[in-house]
Amino acid sequence: MFTQQLMNGITVGGVYALIALGYTMVYGILKIVNFAHGDVFMMGMFLGMFFTQSLGLHYLIAFPLAAAATAFVGICIERIAYRPIRVADKLAVLISALGVSIFLQNLAMLVWGTETHTFNSGITVQTYRLGSVTLSNIQIGVIVLCCVLMIVLYVVVNKTKIGVAMRATSHSIVSAKLMGINTDRIISFTFGVGSVLACVAGILVGIYYDAVYPTIGYSYGLKAFAAAILGGIGSIPGAMLGGFVIGIVETFGAAYISSGYRDAFAFGILIIVLIFKPSGILGVKHVDKV
Amino acid sequence: MKILRNPKQKKVLYGIGLILLAAFPFLITNSYYLHVCISIGVYILLATSLNLVTGFAGQLSLGHAAFYGIGAYVGALLMLNFDVNFFLAMIASAVVSGLFGLLLGLPTLRLRGDYLAIVTLGFGEIVRLVFVNWAEVTRGPLGLPGIPSPSIFGFQISGRTAFYYLIIVLVLLTLFVMNRIVNSGVGMAMQTVKIDEIAAESIGIYPIKYKLIAFVVAAAFAGIAGCYYASYIAYISPTTFVYNTSVTILAMVVLGGLGSIPGSIIGAVILTLVPELLRFMSDYRMLIFGALMVFMMIFRPEGFWGASKRVKNIYKIKAGGGKNGSDSGDNQRHN
Amino acid sequence: MAQILETINATIKFGGLTAVNSVSITQEEGEILSLIGPNGAGKTTLFNLLTGVYRPTEGNIKFYGEEITGLKPHERVDKGISRTFQNIRLFHEMTVLENLLIANPDCHRESIWEAVFGGRKLRQKRQRVVEKCEGILKAIGLEDKLEELATNLPYGKQRLLEIGRALSTDPKLVLLDEPGAGMNSLEKEELSRLIYYITTDMKKNVLLIEHDMKFVMGISDRIVVLDHGEKIAEGKPEDIQNNPLVIEAYLGKGIPEDDDD
Repeated sequence: MFTQQLMNGITVGGVYALIALGYTMVYGILKIVNFAHGDVFMMGMFLGMFFTQSLGLHYLIAFPLAAAATAFVGICIERIAYRPIRVADKLAVLISALGVSIFLQNLAMLVWGTETHTFNSGITVQTYRLGSVTLSNIQIGVIVLCCVLMIVLYVVVNKTKIGVAMRATSHSIVSAKLMGINTDRIISFTFGVGSVLACVAGILVGIYYDAVYPTIGYSYGLKAFAAAILGGIGSIPGAMLGGFVIGIVETFGAAYISSGYRDAFAFGILIIVLIFKPSGILGVKHVDKV
Repeated sequence: MKILRNPKQKKVLYGIGLILLAAFPFLITNSYYLHVCISIGVYILLATSLNLVTGFAGQLSLGHAAFYGIGAYVGALLMLNFDVNFFLAMIASAVVSGLFGLLLGLPTLRLRGDYLAIVTLGFGEIVRLVFVNWAEVTRGPLGLPGIPSPSIFGFQISGRTAFYYLIIVLVLLTLFVMNRIVNSGVGMAMQTVKIDEIAAESIGIYPIKYKLIAFVVAAAFAGIAGCYYASYIAYISPTTFVYNTSVTILAMVVLGGLGSIPGSIIGAVILTLVPELLRFMSDYRMLIFGALMVFMMIFRPEGFWGASKRVKNIYKIKAGGGKNGSDSGDNQRHN
Repeated sequence: MAQILETINATIKFGGLTAVNSVSITQEEGEILSLIGPNGAGKTTLFNLLTGVYRPTEGNIKFYGEEITGLKPHERVDKGISRTFQNIRLFHEMTVLENLLIANPDCHRESIWEAVFGGRKLRQKRQRVVEKCEGILKAIGLEDKLEELATNLPYGKQRLLEIGRALSTDPKLVLLDEPGAGMNSLEKEELSRLIYYITTDMKKNVLLIEHDMKFVMGISDRIVVLDHGEKIAEGKPEDIQNNPLVIEAYLGKGIPEDDDD
């Protein structure tokens, strides 16, 4: 039971971590919270479903297409809703993001309806028993993919030229610009990468739970956001850690205490951690210069 | 806005406004319009109170609906289970919501911007989950039906017209209190905390104290709004007090103009009316609404009635040997 | 003369950097004390220790003999320490008068009940606060600008307003962080007159950081020199002027005659 719950927690946590990475990368660079990111995740899910089910493409073709389309959505959001107000008030960006969120949700409702769809990807679910633990191929896929993507992201950010540019931009947009970095491109790239990760998370959740609906982005988005903050927003390892912590805590809470309060555990632990360590687990302490 | 500069004309204008508000139910007999007006009134309570937190003290709260909900449930349960008079229940709602504001604010108000936003958001979710899961008391998702209408000295307030007058009274009361707070030392201290906490501390202001005052007062007024709503609709369920409601209230405050009481009123009016007006294109209305929010922030981020239009000397005392109101023309901020 | 301010081995470390290293200074009642030193010497950091923005890693701070090391910034204001900032931190969206009003303890200590239900008594109290602030406005020469937004004032006037705001808290000691920075010589004259007014007429003490040597030498009763977070000299202006350690600290250039920063 314990190991089983742990595996389930890690699976969910991996998904949260993938979404949380999008929040944390955008925050790292623009210092804004992309409140529409949960809905980007939802769009990724629907696009994955659209390319496999509606167009009947093989998932090996469909999923990369979906990821590309989601990246396009993410980049468009930044171009249209954030870029014109980037320097302005944080609250203005927040409201704009909430506007995007409402827009995307209702767009999905218009196109796909409000009902819950099944996610027929052509991948059949198989379960394996390892002692007392049951694992599905989807679960293994989720965990493996999460780990691989995180390693890839780590390498991109730390070892490649564009990664250096990203880190420079996150340090200071103005200085990065002065160093000849095309910061607009870096910002677009960041939104693109975040959206691709959200799309992967969306497809994985779609297959794992076999349920797709327009408002799903809300709860996943919130918990991933909580994960990003819990880990220390702006920190990539923090987002991963935060995702797993939230996933495991809520799974155990739901299993051993009360399933009705599943979401409350995630937020409860977030509030408690923030009270004792306001910058999150791996966050850098913020010192006001006087 | 020239006519508003003269205090006498201002009074006349307010008078006319009040008479119009009082006469409204006689002029418009369609009860749907009255219902829209009542909704606007409830949202004015919620928006002006949140404005105290976000617009004046500068703290981003995404959990205002939780206090609204706590007020509604406390009021409804008191009226249903203990036959408490509406007005006593309303006071209890305000007190309990305010206490929860204190409880949440005390440990969390030292968190910065986005962190506080997520904590308040998380609090909102937890409160909603309690409404859903604590079925012995709240009946869970089924909600609480049959909440009684208020009665004053034996007179039963029922029907939309009576509720309309009740909300007008509550709105005026709220506006009075908010106005007094904003134009006081407390209100000014809140603003210094919003502008620059370190500078505020350097002149003896303890930021957390003023954030807390804003938070608790706002929570209490949201509680009052909740109790009123419960009695008006006569049925409450957890679906009303969700994140979306918090966001709508915040949008009213921001679109109306942060740190401006008239702004919050305008925000509440517009954001209640626009979705109603767009009803003819039902499928697209929320889509358009979302797009409008984005465009508004791009083209007019200070809101419909930004704080730049506020009256200058918020201490409301004319300097210069206590002369009063000799140059009220200067009172309007020149933009 | 009574000792008003004392730091005992005040030290603060940021990670590996020791910004202020075991600095002990004292200030007597009635004297104008100046802190000088090259950029990065730790002057502002020491101010931040005195006002409670930072907690010292080691050491103590006493004010009128009372231990204040553990007090928060706002509590130190209540004790009678107020300050200005190197990079002006006015409430720029508020008017000149409002900036002073809010610094007055009677203003921000209004209770919420008073604010909502207060009547004539409250109005009288507010009137007194306004009158007090007008007195300060006269002293800083801004009495005709009280309805102006702080942000619309010229730079030099903003510095004066910030000093006014610090005075409005009714302090015993005012810490001025480079009050003359960015001022022309005329404004500087005005500033030194204001500082004399604060010490002689208002009977308050002044501790200041300043780069303009002519200004410092002219106005200070005593000078403390910091370099790399340590106190390297202390004494009367003429002694400091000839102190070889101080000259060396300023990179052998000699003491710059007119370093306007």
